[in-house]
Amino acid sequence: MASLLNHSRPLVFCPGCTHERIVRALDNALGQMNINGSEVVLVSDIGCSGLFDVFFHTHAFHGLHGRALTYALGLKMARPELQVIVTMGDGGMGIGGAHFLSACRRNANITLLILNNFNFGMTGGQYSATTPVEAITSSRFLNKLEHPLDICQIADAAGAPYVMRCSGLGEDLSNNIEDAISYDGFAVMDIWGICPGRYSRKNAMRKSDILDQIAKLTPYNGVIEKNERSEYVSSYNQICSELSQPTPPLVVDKEHSPVISGKKEILILGSAGQRIVTAGELLCLAAMTGGMQATQKNDYDITVLRGPSIAEIILWPEEIGYTGITSPDVIVVLSEDGIPRRRQSFAQMAEGGLVIHNSRISVPDCQARTIAVDFAGKGVGAKDQALGALAFLASLNEGISLAMLNSALEKKFTSTHLATAQQTLAKMQLVEQPGA
Amino acid sequence: MGRTLMDGNEAIAHGAIRAGCRFFAGYPITPATSILAKMLELLPPAGGCCLQGEDEIGSIGYCLGASMAGRKAMTATSGPGLSLYSEQISFAVGSEIPLVIVNVQRLGPSTGSATKGADGDIQFMQWGNSGGLPVVVIVPTDTRDCYFLTIAAFNLAEKYRCPVFLASNKEIGLTRESVDLDSLDVPEIEERTVFTSDPEDYLPFADRENDGVPDFLPIGDRTLVRQTSSTHGQDGYITTDSKEIARQRQRLKDKLENHVGDFTYYEYLPADKAETLIITYGVTARAAKQSTLAVAAKKTSVLVLKTLWPVPEELIVATAASYKNILVVEMNLGQYVREIERLIHDKPIRFYGKMDGNLISPVEIGEVLNNG
Repeated sequence: MASLLNHSRPLVFCPGCTHERIVRALDNALGQMNINGSEVVLVSDIGCSGLFDVFFHTHAFHGLHGRALTYALGLKMARPELQVIVTMGDGGMGIGGAHFLSACRRNANITLLILNNFNFGMTGGQYSATTPVEAITSSRFLNKLEHPLDICQIADAAGAPYVMRCSGLGEDLSNNIEDAISYDGFAVMDIWGICPGRYSRKNAMRKSDILDQIAKLTPYNGVIEKNERSEYVSSYNQICSELSQPTPPLVVDKEHSPVISGKKEILILGSAGQRIVTAGELLCLAAMTGGMQATQKNDYDITVLRGPSIAEIILWPEEIGYTGITSPDVIVVLSEDGIPRRRQSFAQMAEGGLVIHNSRISVPDCQARTIAVDFAGKGVGAKDQALGALAFLASLNEGISLAMLNSALEKKFTSTHLATAQQTLAKMQLVEQPGA
Repeated sequence: MGRTLMDGNEAIAHGAIRAGCRFFAGYPITPATSILAKMLELLPPAGGCCLQGEDEIGSIGYCLGASMAGRKAMTATSGPGLSLYSEQISFAVGSEIPLVIVNVQRLGPSTGSATKGADGDIQFMQWGNSGGLPVVVIVPTDTRDCYFLTIAAFNLAEKYRCPVFLASNKEIGLTRESVDLDSLDVPEIEERTVFTSDPEDYLPFADRENDGVPDFLPIGDRTLVRQTSSTHGQDGYITTDSKEIARQRQRLKDKLENHVGDFTYYEYLPADKAETLIITYGVTARAAKQSTLAVAAKKTSVLVLKTLWPVPEELIVATAASYKNILVVEMNLGQYVREIERLIHDKPIRFYGKMDGNLISPVEIGEVLNNG
């Protein structure tokens, strides 16, 4: 049984520190398993447990406090064959709580050794997430006000399929660690130990005290059957192997002659749920079938099904620089929601501008030609009115033609949606105009 | 691909795949979320891995692990998430871990306005991590740049073993444009230099003679690799040797600053007999270019910087030399103008910027020019 200890880096723990015993037990466990150093990565973070990676002839990844599990998953996903072993203290477990919970829920084949000695040893014995209420620490009274975490219960509740609480001074430690490493899934070991340099100086702690205290808690001895399930990385890769290739981006070639020669700025004002963003996209795609350049900016609230929805579209035969709309050529108004946010746009409309609005709502006064369309009267419902308005615009050759719009619909939609969209166009009872 | 209607975020995802990205992890945040969504669609079928982290710290941590295992990695976020990345960014800087970080900027400070654009993180990206060493920040102006510069960002991250920021903006990330990405002359894909000599001689942080970048070996191969966030010598062990510490720190600075000339991306539009040079970047460059087309502002040239950090000092100084005055325009209250003021002392430097959630328009820039 070969040792993986790095003899050029002797252990540097305080005399009597349980960490030293755990280093040797981990080395024994790896030896018993006949693992090569190159098959293992030791991932550690900050504190005395963070020294572990230095003592072994393995791959090593030492990072920031509490984040060891994040590096570990990245390594494991990229190299599933690697034996990934993480060491953290109770400090790292506390600060990295979100990562700990996430690792328990994920169940990647990673072994986590938590060297739990109830305080921050390296920084002077401050209280940690596991410090008992009655302990005396350098944090004066603070630990008396907080309930200590039971790491194992949390791991269990979060779904870890393998959880063990044991003493770092126990006779079976090597075998226990071997068992945890051998487990195909996320294995957590809450290993209790003595910190002679800090914690134990004011909190008497013998080997038997540790065992007594562990005995008072819910026992955790390894596999938790109710949490057992397939390992994350292999499940992930299995699912990925069955995925089909993604749909490539929609390609739009020039099929029609453009109907405008200059720039056209179009504003569509509506409400969430009125498919304003889709209408904007269709308008751009339609223009692109006429060889035009197009940009689309949307403005909507964070809530999805309520509030204004606004699309700003620029169509131009030339390269479009600035994507803002300053003086719109066309404003389409489909609901009152969008008006307050763009009220000034009505006053700023370009000469010869056009406002198309749902006849059932009133729009701010402006110089532009205004056309009211009775969408409901034509049987076009709220969700289809944006498309109806595009068709109306197209019938006037305002930026796009009906032929362009039809081409865009055929590109964007498949059978059912296409038929519905074409029905909307039919309901609008529009006549195609000759190209400009 | 042909002509498509694509926003900047989508283009970044496609650019990443093209560059050979094989690992992505992110956490949902407006306006960067659609990068995560697109990577989740594109990456797993391409043999890569895409994860949603439990938070931003986890997401970037996954990337660091995967990158050290040999994968090209990327993450994407916005201001509040970038704040959480900070400690891991300094790790990537100090321990030379290749990583592309997309920052689709939104109006801050703090949670700010999720759906409004700004370029408010320009100094933050450079200085928002501990230690104060250089990072690379490159800045797109449009969808096309998002594709091109994402590929460039991967190349730089791999070549120089460092984090590279792609500083986008909500106004680029979520604005769709007609674009033909196939017509772009994209950079050749570069890989990190792998150590090929005797494995016994491998030192994970030995500087190569030519550029000061250590050769790479992945964690998980036969040769043992040490990675550490602590101050280390060439062998990857903690060192207290002050000479070695100083040498390594200087190397981290020099490997980027001494080579910025090799990755200074920019666009320069000189105008005949121009007396004023506009220096700008990002989405604002589009308005600046348009503003100079206006009659009143004709005698104005535009320098669009696409590499912001390390500061391309030579380019800025040389370009500015022939102008009588400089106007810096940026979508914040004055950040990069500090760098310009640091470099140019012999002519007036004006600044125009704003943070109200709206784009700076060509008309506004034209007014500033005319009133100067």
